[in-house]
Amino acid sequence: MPAKVKIVARTGNEAMAEAMRQINPDVVAAYPITPATEIVQIFAGYVADGLVDTEFVPVESEHSAMSACIGASAAGGRTMTGTSSQGLALMAEMLYIASGLRLPIVLADVNRALSSPINIHCDHSDTMMVRDSGWIQIFSENAQEAYDNMIQAVRIAEKAALPVIVTTDGFIISHGMERVDIFEDKDVKDFVGVKKAEHYLLNLEKPITLGALDLQDYYFEHRRQLAEAMKESKAIILDVAKEFQGKFGRSYGLFETYKLDDAECAIIAMGSTAGTTKVIVDKLRQAGVKAGLLKPRVFRPFPKDEIVEALKSVKTIAVLDRSDTISANDGPLCIEIKAALFDKGCGKIVLNYIYGLGGREIKLEDIESVYRDLGEAANGKAKEKITYLGVRE
Amino acid sequence: MAHEKKKGWKQLPKGDVIEGGGTAREFKTGDWRSERPVHIPEKCVHCLTCWIYCPDSAIIVKDGKVTGYDYDYCKGCGICMHECPVKGKAIKMVLEKEAKKDEKLCRQK
Repeated sequence: MPAKVKIVARTGNEAMAEAMRQINPDVVAAYPITPATEIVQIFAGYVADGLVDTEFVPVESEHSAMSACIGASAAGGRTMTGTSSQGLALMAEMLYIASGLRLPIVLADVNRALSSPINIHCDHSDTMMVRDSGWIQIFSENAQEAYDNMIQAVRIAEKAALPVIVTTDGFIISHGMERVDIFEDKDVKDFVGVKKAEHYLLNLEKPITLGALDLQDYYFEHRRQLAEAMKESKAIILDVAKEFQGKFGRSYGLFETYKLDDAECAIIAMGSTAGTTKVIVDKLRQAGVKAGLLKPRVFRPFPKDEIVEALKSVKTIAVLDRSDTISANDGPLCIEIKAALFDKGCGKIVLNYIYGLGGREIKLEDIESVYRDLGEAANGKAKEKITYLGVRE
Repeated sequence: MAHEKKKGWKQLPKGDVIEGGGTAREFKTGDWRSERPVHIPEKCVHCLTCWIYCPDSAIIVKDGKVTGYDYDYCKGCGICMHECPVKGKAIKMVLEKEAKKDEKLCRQK
């Protein structure tokens, strides 16, 4: 029998803070930044009201926030934080240390553009900037997914011994109020269980040295371990999702497909835009167009074989990137998709769309125009390989 | 230093972890010394000033008497010789390559 739920109206930030309250981590160290501020602000209220047992460390910067999280996690505590954009950028140095030390920290990141020009609105530049940092990255389409992903992230992180970033889209999800099913405190507590680390600094029975200098003789081996851990995390993510479904009823995978089975043209998009795309898929299906959607849930690890398999019937693909690599090449998601397709030797038409930078709205008509482009491309009509969708010429 | 077989990534503990306590002792840090202190027992008054000053705890003392130096950790800084209060010094600094050539000196350890 699925667990009892309470149906409430929550913003993405409120839903993530609620998940953190129910997870009741040992330590949260954080510094405020728009649009993620509320997550830790609301959580600090829970600490002040005695609703959690967490040690809350208000620090002087995001670099310090991640440093404090690393210390707390290494000591053995279940540790969480939240940030966005420039804050994540300032953490970047420490993010690599957290993953290298295999510390299962969970970070709620509200996707926001990077400066300059200064902008507080959504795009995926911040998360993409740290895509090679050794953190698992989970994208959320809406507040419900953000809540569910936070709860699963704790388990995934600790099982994989890898830190996890759970993202929402700035303002669109973080400040948009939606219906969210909240589980009972007891059920979440049971699901996340108690942290069991193989090594931790406060374990006096098994003393360790952590973070020793690692030169030509061992660094490479440790990085190889990290690469393997990321590869193995795919199975862990699926296991946790299966257990989550068993307890709470909602199903999750490495990605979600929407009417993709017999689709001939498909959009690949992450985060809130996937929701917008579903509306257009429904509309096109009614008109007899075989349109579909693939929404990667985890960008790291990148489920390349699984995605290629899911796209097998598709002839034309549009990859929607809410960030740019500024490399005279495609956006980050498209690069991954093309590399995956190339490996499997399947020749398909792949178009790349850079969209929504700095919170530029992506409208239903925009999505519809992409499917129209795909239709034309299927008929041999040449199309730009990279389109900046929604920009003024 | 003996050449041990290094572990592969599958055998190492997860992450940059070294298991067990007090492992710094296993890391012999004296191998980049360019000079080494050599004890002159007939001049030494065993005041243990060198033992107090040595930053690497490399002065070996037995029953209150200096017996030599722990060359596994001594970095040859020369503080012991500098601080030795005995007239004419009970410690002399010798070039490491010279010392290694001379087996007699090596045996003082």
